[in-house]
Amino acid sequence: MTLDNERLAAIWRIESPKLVATLMRSVRDLGVAEELAQDAFVAALAQWPDEGIPRNPGAWLMAVGKRRALDRIRRDAAFDRKQQIVSADVESALLDPGFDVVEREIEDDLLRLVFTACHPMLAQEARVALTLRLLGGLTTAEIARAFLSSESTVAQRIVRAKRTLAQARVPFEVPVDRERLERLASVLEVVYLIFNEGYAATSGDDVLRPELCNDAMRLGRVLAGLMPSEPEVHGLLALMELQASRSSARTDQRGAPVLLADQDRVRWDGVLIAHGLKALAQAELLGGTAGPYTLQAEIAACHARAATFARTDWARVAALYDALAERMPSAVVRLNRAVAAGMAFGAETGLRLSDELSQEPVLRDYHLLPAVRAEFLERLGRFSEAAPEFARAAQLAGNQRERTLLFERAARCRIS
Amino acid sequence: MRFMVIVKATPESEAGALPDSEGFEQMGKFNEQLAKAGAMLAGDGLHPSSKGARIKFEGDKRTVTDGPFAETKELVAGFWIIQAKSKQEAIEWMSRAPFGGGTEIELRQIYEAEDFGDAVTPEIRERERRLRSQLDAR
Repeated sequence: MTLDNERLAAIWRIESPKLVATLMRSVRDLGVAEELAQDAFVAALAQWPDEGIPRNPGAWLMAVGKRRALDRIRRDAAFDRKQQIVSADVESALLDPGFDVVEREIEDDLLRLVFTACHPMLAQEARVALTLRLLGGLTTAEIARAFLSSESTVAQRIVRAKRTLAQARVPFEVPVDRERLERLASVLEVVYLIFNEGYAATSGDDVLRPELCNDAMRLGRVLAGLMPSEPEVHGLLALMELQASRSSARTDQRGAPVLLADQDRVRWDGVLIAHGLKALAQAELLGGTAGPYTLQAEIAACHARAATFARTDWARVAALYDALAERMPSAVVRLNRAVAAGMAFGAETGLRLSDELSQEPVLRDYHLLPAVRAEFLERLGRFSEAAPEFARAAQLAGNQRERTLLFERAARCRIS
Repeated sequence: MRFMVIVKATPESEAGALPDSEGFEQMGKFNEQLAKAGAMLAGDGLHPSSKGARIKFEGDKRTVTDGPFAETKELVAGFWIIQAKSKQEAIEWMSRAPFGGGTEIELRQIYEAEDFGDAVTPEIRERERRLRSQLDAR
């Protein structure tokens, strides 16, 4: 087989996270670890065309990377005698134990890398860029394209993030106890952010950003492998896969959004639904109080299991929103709860619950609040009250197509 | 992009011979690797074609033939569905599968919704809509 750039890029994508993670344990500096990993690839580029690609390219790269790390540590130690003791430690760490031990150690290092890249001391966009680059194996150019920013901006963001981590001497470790919970929340947040960046942009002619959903789901699966006993990790994976299963039904042929009620459920992705439901079952199996990602995944699962919008188990959706509102006090969650309750227990209930939200400051300019109220009023036959609510929703709506639709409904209520 | 990886049959797979415990373990490890890297979406092995059947369509006529089928190399013995960023990445992953003995696998890209465009006609959609309202009425 020949070695072309595409093949090398594929090998980089598969091998670089493990490589950087392992090297990081020895050199304790992300910038240096990544540089060493790149050196190993440069060596491969020089040798493989003549000698052929080794049967296990990962092991080859790892061996070269470790050798380079040793050289570097010895060279630095020669300058600084004080470092010699440390370097003896590191050298023994770089010696090769058996294969299974290596596999397990690599996974431990990968997990440390996850927590380092998602460290809460970094700005959100820095965490996102670092995670995609170090754990997703994306190039700076790919990240820049996905986030519609320039390559130099992203490169700078990554360099600065690495420097921040080095200066703060952030230990390369998996946090424990209380800190673990907070840091895990940051990891999950980063992955879900990446997902939503792709999910929110699936309309129009933008074909690159949906790929971010795949990157995020892939990261989610990696996390589920690294932290198999964390229910929320499986919950997040389930949520992403169940949401993504609907992505091709979310827009019509002209790219306009299609509401859940009107989506062609035949177009939902069965492979992702099956995978998502499996991840959700895993989260539930692990037990404990369901966290916000698992609860949202359970809601998504209610939709995934329903043959039609009307046949959705709305009572269960409403109960899940109740639980979610407790864990995640947000006005938008409570509005969704009102909608589900209205579907389950009648428009009267839905209206009462949405009325409770009328004083919420965050919902003041949110078009869906008057839209939901109008919907319930209309269903109750209170057309003269529904009409101005539809009109208000239309004025607040950002999307032109949605606005037109709401104005039409307001007009229809006026003549009813 | 997604790929279906088709594992072609061999005389052994057609005879219903299962891999030995070492073979199972190696395949298990490979699948675990694929899954942990987030690349594997599904995968299964198939019983020999002697347990299968074929249906041939000609006009209104349907002719059912029970297995086994002769042309072993053209038969399918198993499959994976994997997610990759490029065809090259899919090849890179699947080259690591623990096969030997002349086994051949084939990688085929799976059509996704955006590949279809207008292939789903308004008539098909309308039929779906009617079906769904029938379900609702139940």
